[in-house]
Amino acid sequence: MKIFKITLIIFFIINFNLLNAEEKDLQNKISKNLRCLICQGQSVYDSDSEFANSLKIAIKQKLEEGQSEKQIYDYLKDKYGEWILYDPEFNKNTYFLWLLPLFLFLIGGRIIFKLFNIKKN
Amino acid sequence: MKISVFRIFLISLFIIIFLIFYKGLNNTNIYTPNFNSEKNIPYIENEIFNTNNKINSKEIFKGNKFYLMNIWASWCIPCRDEHPFLMKLSLLKNIEIIGLNYKDKNKNAKNFLKELKNPYKLILSDRDGTNAIEWGAYGVPESFIIHNKKIIKKVIGPIDQDTFLQIKKIVE
Repeated sequence: MKIFKITLIIFFIINFNLLNAEEKDLQNKISKNLRCLICQGQSVYDSDSEFANSLKIAIKQKLEEGQSEKQIYDYLKDKYGEWILYDPEFNKNTYFLWLLPLFLFLIGGRIIFKLFNIKKN
Repeated sequence: MKISVFRIFLISLFIIIFLIFYKGLNNTNIYTPNFNSEKNIPYIENEIFNTNNKINSKEIFKGNKFYLMNIWASWCIPCRDEHPFLMKLSLLKNIEIIGLNYKDKNKNAKNFLKELKNPYKLILSDRDGTNAIEWGAYGVPESFIIHNKKIIKKVIGPIDQDTFLQIKKIVE
């Protein structure tokens, strides 16, 4: 019986740790995807500014309230603009950004294709 | 002939990209969230400074007049610069100044107000900075002009002579 109790306690402790770890992972993932507005160029995760520290607390609170990752992004986007996200969404302002690499890739392919054709001829 | 068309296309593409980057050189690298539409004020519970009571922002801004919500802290140097303007604004009839004490120690905040006088009708306290995030602020000082439960103007950084006159114009 005693052994059973001890194993039960150990089981619970391990489980609690796992729960916390998962939450912390998500918290870190979100804060890594946010730009700090005070020390621009750093993510909120890396930054130690007052703003970043508060934002980390706010993210934690929102997760505890049961909000999803996307809800938190939408909330911050509404407050600070899309710039705060490191991963910009595809819309009319960013289509150039997303399509330019593809476009360059196609042009590069065409150049190579042309050169091969010239050599063949 | 075909190749030369392609070449012209390549050169023009290069020029376009060059122009975009060249123009980008002159832009500032510092981003400030732009404020182009009126936003509703957030409804949050705030602790009242120096007490244990809480008040909802719905209750604070329910009146018909203008409100100036000012985020300040005793450790913030630009807050000292804007303080005389806040004092001047507090003399105007149609505006009420609400302070949000940001990540501050009560004792220091009290000394700050004792030294420079208190322009605030009500001071809320924000210990961990999460209330300021609800307001969409990211630094101190920052001020919001509120009318009919909507934020109609936002001042990032200290209030100076220009913004003071702008606020005065809005209020009158």
